Amino acid sequence: MQHVSPVREPLVTGGKTYHDVTQDVCRQVEAAPNIRWMAALSVALLLLGVFFYSVYRTLWYGIGEWGLNKTVGWAWDITNFVWWVGIGHAGTLISAVLLLFRQKWRTSINRAAEAMTIFAVICAAMFPVLHMGRPWLAYWVFPLQNTFGSLWVNFNSPLLWDVFAISTYFTVSLVFWYTGLVPDFATIRDRAKGPIAKVAYSMLSMGWTGSAKHWSRYETVSLILAGVSTPLVLSVHTIVSMDFATSVVPGWHTTIFPPYFVAGAIFSGFAMVLTLMLITRVVFKLEDYITIEHIALMNKIMMVTGSIVGVAYITEFFIAWYSMVEYESYAFINRATGPYWWAYAAMMTCNVITPQLVWFRKVRYSIPLTFILSIIVNIGMWFERFVIIVTSLHRDYLPSSWAMFSPTIIDVGIYVGTIGLFFTLFLLFAKFFPVINMAEVKAVLKYTVDNGPTYTGQDPHHAPQPVTTHGVPASAPVNYDKHD
Amino acid sequence: MTKRFALGIFEDEDVLLHAVENVREAGVKIYEVFTPFPIHGIDDALGIERSRLPIAAFFFGLTGLSFALWMQIYMLGFDWPMIIGGKPHIALPAFIPVTFELTVLFCCHGMVITFYAISKLYPRWKTPVLDVRSTDDKFVMAIEVNENTDMNKLTQILRENGASEVNQKEMSKF
Repeated sequence: MQHVSPVREPLVTGGKTYHDVTQDVCRQVEAAPNIRWMAALSVALLLLGVFFYSVYRTLWYGIGEWGLNKTVGWAWDITNFVWWVGIGHAGTLISAVLLLFRQKWRTSINRAAEAMTIFAVICAAMFPVLHMGRPWLAYWVFPLQNTFGSLWVNFNSPLLWDVFAISTYFTVSLVFWYTGLVPDFATIRDRAKGPIAKVAYSMLSMGWTGSAKHWSRYETVSLILAGVSTPLVLSVHTIVSMDFATSVVPGWHTTIFPPYFVAGAIFSGFAMVLTLMLITRVVFKLEDYITIEHIALMNKIMMVTGSIVGVAYITEFFIAWYSMVEYESYAFINRATGPYWWAYAAMMTCNVITPQLVWFRKVRYSIPLTFILSIIVNIGMWFERFVIIVTSLHRDYLPSSWAMFSPTIIDVGIYVGTIGLFFTLFLLFAKFFPVINMAEVKAVLKYTVDNGPTYTGQDPHHAPQPVTTHGVPASAPVNYDKHD
Repeated sequence: MTKRFALGIFEDEDVLLHAVENVREAGVKIYEVFTPFPIHGIDDALGIERSRLPIAAFFFGLTGLSFALWMQIYMLGFDWPMIIGGKPHIALPAFIPVTFELTVLFCCHGMVITFYAISKLYPRWKTPVLDVRSTDDKFVMAIEVNENTDMNKLTQILRENGASEVNQKEMSKF
């Protein structure tokens, strides 16, 4: 028997017990891979092959394989870099910011969203590294003396800040994600039957036993990691935006960039989380954990951040006119009406109009519509970065050096290839790792219980009966939040 | 050395929470409690001190901050000063991003490594567990026992406080 709070919507539906949670999440880890997963992995591996071929061409023949020219020195590479980093930000937002705000609904999506962060940052890192042309010298970005002589790196450069920001962000996200996985690996380890699985998950779980002292420290560590990751995630996209904003290129040189980029990052990230979650919940039968309420809540965040992005677009336009700077005005008129007008139109349609549809409750609660919207937003956010980068560069100052950019097949190959890389990693994660944080979901299972007999521990003659009925144990407290 | 444990198995975290209080009041020393998820309030019930990891994290962060400032000021200010973009050699505002990132880097990794080290968590071939259900849906209270322990009384105390089973288990290297 389950007593459902009249105020709160249940976070997990279907009257699950603790054991049900373990069963539902471990099912796909323990079962043989199903045909749909194998099919998806085959497609992802095919795209990964495209990635390796394109990287081989880029490394063997040099970055002349790309469509860049003297005027447009940054195009698809940096567009894709910013796009992927932005996508990654939603994972940290869900796991860190929503933890600080005590949004308990995040528990069933944070694991997959954090995995998405890590894989997206790996994809993002490919672009600046390949753009170096000689990636085997990538260690030169670190503060080592130039060719081990006497010159150091330039700490005044936002590109160098990026090195520190992205590497800190990646390693901290990885550690945050892994520490959260340890207790769940222990659950899988204790259920494992095969000798390989036993050893593998014992290694991964680092000897976790779930002792109260460890849990206490684990919670402290999670809270501090969340507290520190929150400014970190904001700093990362701020610094990415400074790659542009500290330059003197019209269309880039604006102070609005940091907040505008951060909002855009969260916007695109939530779109990607929605895309992934809508597929994952169906494929792995997790509809009771990733409920329609989760989807509606994520839609709302997408609407808020999408609206911020829309306001930023309009503000940029207004400032271009209001500043009376000839070059700035031209950059924006050229964006909207120049040869790349179609990219600008795609960006405006996808990013300004689409999120406004989410005001309608029907759209928010519709799974097919949400799926379509999430894809549209991801396309729109890719165009946003393309518009910012390419339209600003292709006609900057001297008309004699104006040029157009068109991607080569290798440009397309690397971009599509990183999508393959991302999905290969995500599919492997979804098969071998618990996609839902079991421990955290179990901890919020009683969230909605508001009545039922409370055991006070006063009467030894009426020992509490261990409850084995389906659903939430009857001995649940009057208000679960009292321990909070 | 082999240790013997009496294991009280509980079905619900709130029953366990009160049981912990009552068992301790009855003068029984609890060796450890194993739960599938963190239970709020159990630290106080068990008398676990508040973790000092936040203090460690602060000092790791401070180390990162000092290191980053020293590195940038030494490299660009003293070792090989250069004028970049007409800025002073020690352009502190431009040093803020790297300083912040290294503060976070040192703080997080230092704290997490400390957490794994003090909790003795490291990859092992085999993990000894008293009751494998404690990572699934059971809450296990472990009490160390020896030949002199009155098992009947202990079982009764645990049962009265809501344990659904009371088992015994021997464990070496625990």
